[in-house]
Amino acid sequence: MWLYAGRRMLMTIPILIGVSIICFALVKIAPGDPVQNLLSPTASAADAARLRAAYGLDKPVVLQYLIWIGHVCVGDLGMSISDKTPVAGEVFEALGHTLVIAVISVSIALALSLIFGVIGAYRAGAVSDRAVTAMAVFGISVPPFWLAVVLVIFFSVNLGWLPATGMGPNGSEAFSYFRWSDFKYAVMPIFALALPPLGIMTRTTRSSMAEILNQDFILTLRAKGLSEAQVIRHALVNIMPQALAMFGLQLGYLIGGSVLVETVFTWPGTGYLLNKAVLTRDIPLLQGTILVLAAVFVIINLAVDLLQSLIDPRLQRS
Amino acid sequence: MANVFAGSSVAATAPKPVVQSRGYWASVWRRMRYDYVTLFCLALILIIALLAILAPEVAPMDPYKSSMAHRLKPIGYPGHWLGTDEQGRDMLSRLIYGGRVSLAMGVVPVALATLIGGLFGVTAGYFGGRVNMAIMRFMDIFFAFPSVLLAVAISGSLGGGVVNQLLTLTIVLIPPLCRVAETAASQVRTMDFVDAARSTGASTLSIVFSHVLINVLSPILVYASTLVSVSIILASGLSFLGLGVSPPTADWGLMLSTLRQSIYVRPLVSAIPGVAILVTSVAFNLLSDGLRQAMDVRQ
Repeated sequence: MWLYAGRRMLMTIPILIGVSIICFALVKIAPGDPVQNLLSPTASAADAARLRAAYGLDKPVVLQYLIWIGHVCVGDLGMSISDKTPVAGEVFEALGHTLVIAVISVSIALALSLIFGVIGAYRAGAVSDRAVTAMAVFGISVPPFWLAVVLVIFFSVNLGWLPATGMGPNGSEAFSYFRWSDFKYAVMPIFALALPPLGIMTRTTRSSMAEILNQDFILTLRAKGLSEAQVIRHALVNIMPQALAMFGLQLGYLIGGSVLVETVFTWPGTGYLLNKAVLTRDIPLLQGTILVLAAVFVIINLAVDLLQSLIDPRLQRS
Repeated sequence: MANVFAGSSVAATAPKPVVQSRGYWASVWRRMRYDYVTLFCLALILIIALLAILAPEVAPMDPYKSSMAHRLKPIGYPGHWLGTDEQGRDMLSRLIYGGRVSLAMGVVPVALATLIGGLFGVTAGYFGGRVNMAIMRFMDIFFAFPSVLLAVAISGSLGGGVVNQLLTLTIVLIPPLCRVAETAASQVRTMDFVDAARSTGASTLSIVFSHVLINVLSPILVYASTLVSVSIILASGLSFLGLGVSPPTADWGLMLSTLRQSIYVRPLVSAIPGVAILVTSVAFNLLSDGLRQAMDVRQ
């Protein structure tokens, strides 16, 4: 176990280095000279050269990367251009807001997808199976930001039940997930985020459940007189490692992919931060946010792999 | 997996492989012919594509002609079946024109990524060893980014515009396609008919072209078809964030974004472009499901 865990952790190091190189390259592919953008139009060539040297932009690219990664390792992600505040502080505050609704969304989606997947596989071909499949296709095909807009139209504009945007009447500092007057601001973002993973996970659960229900041990269980509920319980145990993998993967996708939904609801998470960075062309903020989100995604994948090998030791051999 | 290699051993020995491979496609068509859902989706996609291509002929009005007097008219307004947008432009005409950009953003990046990703994947899978290591470890780095995040990262740095959007989507779609191609090619590599061809003295190029490519085609095509709707949704998302085509151009994602200010005035009208995206993407998803079944490819 420890050997496997150690090897698996070592494997993430080159990935993290690769991720950091891509994030570093983002600044390089951005059009326009960063120095020219900072200078006043009347500045001379000597001024430009001095500024270039001050930012270390006159050094070779490899050296620039090493200096940058050195700063990143001690938690310095640079300063955002629009707010003149450290990027790291902004990103980690926003990450908290995104993580909580993403975890709630994926948990709800996983629970429902297990129920729907079992129904679909157990009643293969029946009306309930078709309904489950249709729901899954809808979840996969719907643009999440449009779903968010439709939710706002329905629940805020027409019914007036839920607030359309923001994070609580008192802002994000005083927000509490355990108070309904605050939590109702999170309801629609959670719902809009949950539908696509629900669709994907339902499909996967349905097809693996169908496969498991066809295996011989199910026949044995039935032959020895277990009730159908007990048979399903045995089958469910068998897709738990897979359910865990789906949970991790979808959680990672939501944390990285919540840009659009958070933009519609102006939920102050990392997605909203990304949108702000894009709109104001704040490249340091964009770079820092993406680096942190990709690192979180890599760490989630690592955690899922390790947990999976704990549940199912067969996986350690491959 | 066995059926993926249908016609393969025949292709290795028959003098006219072209005729044999048509046999495979004929059998795929035979299976699809009675799958009405798939056929319906195919027809729907063809209609949407035709409308988009023939937009100048079929659109009832000029999609760029704004009219301050006719702003935000409801659905069913005389002369504007689907109402008008916030600048008084005809929604139906803009939807038809918008299909041009949105469909292109679904198909073109997938086609490009299939070519590039397929090339790298087949190379990695067929040659194995160090070549495989180098290509696949490089692709692994991109898998460390959730796809939406990667798209926003590249697009956000490059800036908006059609070309940048195409480029972004292609880059995002290459790694998954490469991985599928690699898996398929490395499975074909170990098949007996490849050994047979090699022992008869066939060159690497001719083995790859006449035996490997034809057998990795169906899994790659099926997978690529699932990516079309992913690409459409990603593209509309980028447009929604202002990273796609620039404003006057009709595009479903951009229309949703500009109409968002009007949801309190005309909620139904402002939701229409999303319906177009949803219908197109459902049709592509169901079509690729049908293709998967007809070609008998397992995920």
